[in-house]
Amino acid sequence: MTTTTTQRDSAPVAGGPAPALRPRRTVPWGKIAAWAAMVIFLLITLFPFYWMLRTALSSNNALATDPGSLLPVGLNTGGFERVFGLQDVETAISQGGSGASINFWRYLLNSVLVATTITVVQTFSCAMAAYAFSRLRWRGRDLVFMIFLGSLMIPQIFTLLPNFILIKNLGLVDTLLGIMLPTLFISSFAIFFLRQFFNNVSREVEEAALIDGASKARVFFTLILPISSAPLATLALLTYMTAWNEYFWSLMVSYTDQSRVLTVALGVFRAQAPGTGPDWSGLMAATLVAAAPMLILFALFAKKIVNSIGFSGIK
Amino acid sequence: MSTATTSTRSAPTRRRRKDDTKLALLFIAPASFGLLVFLVWPLLTGLYYSLTEYTTLTPPSWVGLENYRRLLADPVFWNSLKVTVVYVAINIGVQTIVALVIAVLMQRLTQSTVLRSLVLAPYLVSNVVAAIVFLWILDTQLGIVNIFLQWVGFDPVSFWSSETWVIPTVALVNVWRHMGYTALLLFAGLQSIPTFLYEAARTEGAGEITMFRRITLPLLRPILALVLIMTIIGSFQVFDTVSVTTQGGPADASKVLQMYIYDKAFAQYEFGYASALSVALLVILMVITFAQYWMSRAGQSDLD
Repeated sequence: MTTTTTQRDSAPVAGGPAPALRPRRTVPWGKIAAWAAMVIFLLITLFPFYWMLRTALSSNNALATDPGSLLPVGLNTGGFERVFGLQDVETAISQGGSGASINFWRYLLNSVLVATTITVVQTFSCAMAAYAFSRLRWRGRDLVFMIFLGSLMIPQIFTLLPNFILIKNLGLVDTLLGIMLPTLFISSFAIFFLRQFFNNVSREVEEAALIDGASKARVFFTLILPISSAPLATLALLTYMTAWNEYFWSLMVSYTDQSRVLTVALGVFRAQAPGTGPDWSGLMAATLVAAAPMLILFALFAKKIVNSIGFSGIK
Repeated sequence: MSTATTSTRSAPTRRRRKDDTKLALLFIAPASFGLLVFLVWPLLTGLYYSLTEYTTLTPPSWVGLENYRRLLADPVFWNSLKVTVVYVAINIGVQTIVALVIAVLMQRLTQSTVLRSLVLAPYLVSNVVAAIVFLWILDTQLGIVNIFLQWVGFDPVSFWSSETWVIPTVALVNVWRHMGYTALLLFAGLQSIPTFLYEAARTEGAGEITMFRRITLPLLRPILALVLIMTIIGSFQVFDTVSVTTQGGPADASKVLQMYIYDKAFAQYEFGYASALSVALLVILMVITFAQYWMSRAGQSDLD
């Protein structure tokens, strides 16, 4: 009923044949409907985040009896305590946890190490390559660049199994290095992204430095890299996010706590459901804690990330 | 020609012709190492493994096209292909429409960075987190969605354990995670459409719907095509969500191709056959890419 009214009313507002005659007081129904739709999308988008928090702060026993309440039920921090290993086994089991120990800090450390190393090394390695493709003169440059570009077409799945065998033969299964290696040095996307940017850096600055006697390597390190700090930071953030959220490859390579990253640990945590049913409160606390670093990082750099998503992101 | 560095100083006038081969090779060395060892080499060995019987315990033994012959007669493979295609259809269909609506709403309503950031939030969490959260939200007994359905008067739905529901459920969970990101990509495309076109159309008396059909959609088509190629390729590689939630069940109803490949390789140690399966997936992805690339090229004439 309301929708029909809005649509009928919105027609003259949006596309009335004589806008000049339109009275200014007309309620912009079309706009209101559009905002209403936007709000609904936002609710769908954000509700799961709230639900994580609400469940994490509830107790499992209360959740079982009062699952429909929009506020936390049986308010307590037991879920978080189980995640951080602050609860003894009996309390954990009595509160619906599995009682199995989860070495959360270890997984967090592993995730941080993997994501940080990949981000630093990959960004640097790709920046150098992008510079070589953008500003250096050498034979075969365009051909080699086409090969790099072509590798964008290889889907991840195809390299996973052979890479696993390679890592296994190198004796690196269940090590952090094994998880990092395949993406440590290369992302064809990163090379392409940075090459686009370097292409647009003014040549005059560079020429001036060269005339002063600086080598091209020096120009790259002291001139090009600082000038490009904005796109480098954006790229680094996206790389960090990808590495942090990666699951499939880590699942293949890591078997024990020594190399288990957060995403894989979450999967294991979810699979260890006690006989009484999953420890939802603990699980939601764990997902929230696992997602928190990215959400915080995002909150700090939201503007940068949001504005970087555009054509550069798809070409 | 080993004078690359010295010539800079001795003969600055000839700089333009200078050859930077040495430095260039040094600069592309790390990336090339990564490319050759972890992308090109696996591509070749992957093809080779697909022609062998390989259990990882014993060295691979050549079997020619045997794995492919087996694959063509493997009902589980065909089922997982069907499951994957259904998944991609639902996932991409819903996601593209929703993302397009969000993008157009943002274009017409606000340029707010805060709003765009909020829309992007789900993309920041991993597939694993998204999967576990929706495992809970859509739980048959205690999930809030089912509580709501019962409150409205419906029967509870076993989203994760019904053969009919499981694939739509996985598809929609991934729509939730990716719709904001896709919307922002489309939004970036919309921003390149000059506003005077809309102003002109409005003075001509065109409504929002007409403007969407006659201006937005045609001008957005190249971006839309590109976004579709990207999202479809990504969608075909669905794994994380299924692995965390159903492991392919119930009764293979959610056994997508990557899940099947993973099972074959890591549960049954048939690396040769698993490699053949990934070749099949690679071929499918290549066909889709070329088909779409060709179609978007064909449609490019009326875009610029």
